[in-house]
Amino acid sequence: MSITPAVQFDLHRRMVRIRLFEEAAGRLAEAAKLPGFLHLYVGEEAVASGICGALNDDDHITSTHRGHGHLVAKGGDFNRMMAELMGKSTGYCKGKGGSMHISDLSLGMLGANGIVGAGSPIAVGAAFANKYRGRGQVAVAFFGDGATNIGAFHEAANMACALHLPIVFACENNEYGEFTPRDKTMAITDIVDRAAGYGMPGVIVDGMDVIAVHEAALEAVAKARAGGGPSLIEAKTYRFYNHHGVQNLGLKYRSDDEVAKWKERDPIFTLEDRMIENKVATRQRFDDIWAELRNDIETAIKFAEDSPLPTSDQVLVDVYSANGGN
Amino acid sequence: MSDERKLPYVMAFNEAVRQAMEDDPNVFCAGEDIGAFGGVFGTFGGLQAKFGAERVVDTPISEQAIIGLGVGAAVTGLRPIVDLMFMDFMCVAMDQIVNQAAKLKYMFGGEARIPLTITTAGGGGLSAAAQHSQSLEALLCHIPGLKVVHPATPYDMKGLMAACIREDNPTVMIKHKRLLGIQGPVPEERYIVPLGVANVVRPGNDVTIVAWGRMVHEATAVAEKLAGEGIQCEVIDPRTLQPLDIDTIVASAKKTNRVVVVHEAVRFGGLGAEVAAQIQEHAFDYLDAPVGRIAAPFSPVPFSPALEQHYIPDGARIEAGIRSVLFRTPVGA
Repeated sequence: MSITPAVQFDLHRRMVRIRLFEEAAGRLAEAAKLPGFLHLYVGEEAVASGICGALNDDDHITSTHRGHGHLVAKGGDFNRMMAELMGKSTGYCKGKGGSMHISDLSLGMLGANGIVGAGSPIAVGAAFANKYRGRGQVAVAFFGDGATNIGAFHEAANMACALHLPIVFACENNEYGEFTPRDKTMAITDIVDRAAGYGMPGVIVDGMDVIAVHEAALEAVAKARAGGGPSLIEAKTYRFYNHHGVQNLGLKYRSDDEVAKWKERDPIFTLEDRMIENKVATRQRFDDIWAELRNDIETAIKFAEDSPLPTSDQVLVDVYSANGGN
Repeated sequence: MSDERKLPYVMAFNEAVRQAMEDDPNVFCAGEDIGAFGGVFGTFGGLQAKFGAERVVDTPISEQAIIGLGVGAAVTGLRPIVDLMFMDFMCVAMDQIVNQAAKLKYMFGGEARIPLTITTAGGGGLSAAAQHSQSLEALLCHIPGLKVVHPATPYDMKGLMAACIREDNPTVMIKHKRLLGIQGPVPEERYIVPLGVANVVRPGNDVTIVAWGRMVHEATAVAEKLAGEGIQCEVIDPRTLQPLDIDTIVASAKKTNRVVVVHEAVRFGGLGAEVAAQIQEHAFDYLDAPVGRIAAPFSPVPFSPALEQHYIPDGARIEAGIRSVLFRTPVGA
């Protein structure tokens, strides 16, 4: 690995934070403590972590309905995230967005999004603004394999290339669009084949290998930052849980064997094994990290549970900005 | 007013954009054919030559990405003006308008600011048929988070467009295709017509006519004619359709006791229904007649001039509508 041990630990930490947040959210959902839908990112941690690890704080990302991982990887605050999932007034969106709209503009995270494919055009706008201002910021659009079948994605990819914008299209190919396998919904195997149609380079990376994802991201981000235009990264990955909710086995549309096979390639445990093997980490060090972050999650759950619900007078607040120039 | 400078509606729009771009480096324009070509209606003429291709951007024919470009640039700090050539085309971009632009601020707990102006051309009367002639303002006004503006005069066009650009919310500026060439006084200096404030175009005591876009001119012509008979119509142009200045409309209804709403959009579910409902909520006891609605029939906009002339409300239909609420026709006559 040419990636330094410090960076390896940073990527590892991002992935463990995502895993712990998502497992906790899953437990709370099972206990009926979370209203609404829950799309867990478990299994795909290497993608958000490897890519966000290549970004600066003032770079922008757009996300998906499976968006918790992107916010955590960009540095999201557990307390405000957990409070939002519980619909509390202390949440990131004051209880008005929930899981599917979680966001932190101060971290450049322009929102999870309940509409498949809708984030890419917004990322194009952020990339346009970044080029316009000329401060070297880039934008990353996260989206799934299913989103590449939506017109918004095609329009965004084409426009980004036509305008030569500083953007990276990051495809999380988890092989399923909701409950339908990819091979039923497109005639190609690799999403990356689409990149050439817009005139941008594309690479396939192992989305279970955070180092591989990170190296691809460093290259694509550097290219965008230097004015080299858009790229597409296709990360082959897998969601360990169902499209939504916490079931993982016994699903009608995929086999338990398949799930088990992908779990053998768990992005966190494989990285830990490699780092121990390469003598840049010890089991004890990892145990300490997990314990520390578990503690953060417990704190966040308590914070969220103790937080007040929004009051009914908040329904009409923030529909519009009041400070128009009028 | 005769010595005042006059401009066509289209150039009033153009001047508002130019002045905003001169004043604020964060303002840019993007859309189909707006650069070297200046827009299919000439609305953006000369702007790329003045401000460069980085600030007046020709885009692909990609309505979703055009609006997305505006949303993403707005939420990250710029003040975009994005153009959809025809209002009908906004249907291609409805997700970005309705689910993204309008809602991000609310969904993000108030953190986002979306200073985005979407400009488009609406209305019929050019034999442009059913996909290039619609008046879809009711769809937009139904969406919390959007503001919707539809000027009838060059003066209001410049002032309202300037207000839209300064607004920190997503606004849709609807230009009327048949009004692009009309001349009117437009001060050269910068000014604002505030959003959400109606214009009483013509005062009167006998009946209130609420109309917007091109229908303001049709309604005013009818009002002038009826004045010859001693019928004084009060013509109100809301100018902004969302938020709607219902207070001015209701105050007028309480004065005249009779109201007719005129719009080019189809009658069923049109904004006239909202205006009528609010009048009965706020001024029921003042009404001497049901609120009348003069609007298009419930069909797509037809192509042939022979059909379209019967589709869009004209002076005769407006006059008949006014007379019906005035009950000036004696029973049995």
